[in-house]
Amino acid sequence: MRYPFPVGTVDFIQGDEAIARAAILAGCRFYAGYPITPASEIFEAMSIYMPLVDGVSIQMEDEIGSIAAVVGASWAGAKSMTATSGPGFSLMMENLGYAIMTETPLVLVNVQRSGPSTGQPTLAAQGDLMQAIWGTHGDHSLIVLAPATVQEAFDMTIKAFNLAEKYRTPVILLTDAEVGHMRERVYAPHPDELELIYRKLPANEEEAKYPFGDIHGDLVPPMPVFGKGHHTYVTGLTHDEKGRPKTVESEIHEKLLKRIVEKIEKNKKDIVDYEGYGLEDAEIVIIGFGIVTRSAMRAVKELRKKGIKAGLLKLNVLWPFDFELIERIAEKAGKIYVVEMNLGQLYHMVKEGANGKVPVELIPKIGGEIHTPKEIIERIKDNLR
Amino acid sequence: MRKEVLIGGFGGQGVILSSVILGRAAAVYEGLYSVQTQAYGPQSRGGASKAEVVISDELIDYPKALNPDYAVLLSQQAYEKYLSLVKEGGIVIVEKDLIPNRNEELEKNFRVHAIPFTKLAEESTGLSLTMNILTLGFLVKLTGIVSEEAIEKAVLDSIPKGTEHLNLKALKKGFELGEKALKGEL
Repeated sequence: MRYPFPVGTVDFIQGDEAIARAAILAGCRFYAGYPITPASEIFEAMSIYMPLVDGVSIQMEDEIGSIAAVVGASWAGAKSMTATSGPGFSLMMENLGYAIMTETPLVLVNVQRSGPSTGQPTLAAQGDLMQAIWGTHGDHSLIVLAPATVQEAFDMTIKAFNLAEKYRTPVILLTDAEVGHMRERVYAPHPDELELIYRKLPANEEEAKYPFGDIHGDLVPPMPVFGKGHHTYVTGLTHDEKGRPKTVESEIHEKLLKRIVEKIEKNKKDIVDYEGYGLEDAEIVIIGFGIVTRSAMRAVKELRKKGIKAGLLKLNVLWPFDFELIERIAEKAGKIYVVEMNLGQLYHMVKEGANGKVPVELIPKIGGEIHTPKEIIERIKDNLR
Repeated sequence: MRKEVLIGGFGGQGVILSSVILGRAAAVYEGLYSVQTQAYGPQSRGGASKAEVVISDELIDYPKALNPDYAVLLSQQAYEKYLSLVKEGGIVIVEKDLIPNRNEELEKNFRVHAIPFTKLAEESTGLSLTMNILTLGFLVKLTGIVSEEAIEKAVLDSIPKGTEHLNLKALKKGFELGEKALKGEL
């Protein structure tokens, strides 16, 4: 297999480009999208690369159609992805729910910009966190990852595909205009270095009869492929283990939804990922995700130079959310600060995790610029006075 | 070692491209970490254009230039907006012909090199648009932020086919000017 970009070596590319290349390395062979700043570069790269790897990249009529095409391609057996930003993300909510209900593996990239509505198209924000987790209606679960560097955008795209395939679920890569547009040193692994996961297929005709049944006891049913001779029914309506609509039987609905939620929640240990810095002795802990953790990291280093015991918790996975981890930190720290580019979203989750054991304070910022380290440092020092 | 570079000018001068080439030279050919960011707006030509490159031998946390060690200012607007951000004692490279109004008092804080890059580019390659590469050559020679070999390879990676000769000529003219500036002959 020849790749239309360098592998097994270092390159200097944008975050968006890194996501496109990593997707192809992860085995993605179907992309459908609609151009939108600041995610268009992903689509541009896919349009160049996909024909060269026998894949498909298609422009749909809008974002609703884009994710619908991705759901269809995934059921036809292809690892599939779409990418968008705020306004398009809102349009995708409906079919994101369909993908969750039909347990369709896919990767949805949201290169966040400032909203609501068309907002600030070229500037970064982190205002879609709650929407990524809870934006589609009904009880559900899914997986949300957040990169802070171009290298992480690359690595987490591969991880996103692996998790999507392993747990038969949509995975959201929640990045932003800053990471998407910055160019940075990236090591693109050679395919031999990668461990790729592919979805479980029915082992035989009998297994293929239960595309929504927990027949292996791992909460993840094998997924039949369209066109392989199985008779499979796929619907967004509540369905039984064979996929047949059963819309009024409460026990069937409860069983289905509980399994969809539990296959994520019960595998939290496998999915959750974070990085800590200075947490061993930190009296002040800054918690954040994505681009702002780079400002926070600098702030922590500077504060430590001044003798203030600060630490950083950088969350790489935002859902499932490790509330217990936050509680453990709250038991040791004197104070928690949450740094985010919105008016308070992660803040509420951290507060729930901290469970009243320690004060939690928000350091918000909106308008498109990332926090400077100085802004974070001064806010913390003001409180120490 | 963390070095911050700010390049400011107007759209069409090749500000962004020169920042990408510098970042690439560091990351791909020097084995360093580097990040390039740019002020990204709807404008393309004529509007203000700013790019930043941070280069380090360790992982880069905050990705933007806070107090640039080196600044390349190619328009009056960029000069007025960014000069005061430069670190005390930092190197400031100024497009002499495009920045008629200078702040001598403020410039005392820095090592300033004012050179008519656009004119020199036109004289040496016949094309004023090679100014960005010439200026990059000057910056690299003067500061040693990356090696001449690294920047040359990164230039060749980043320019359209058929323009290699022209761009290398501009780059080498930049090295030459940088050499003179180092010797105090400019």
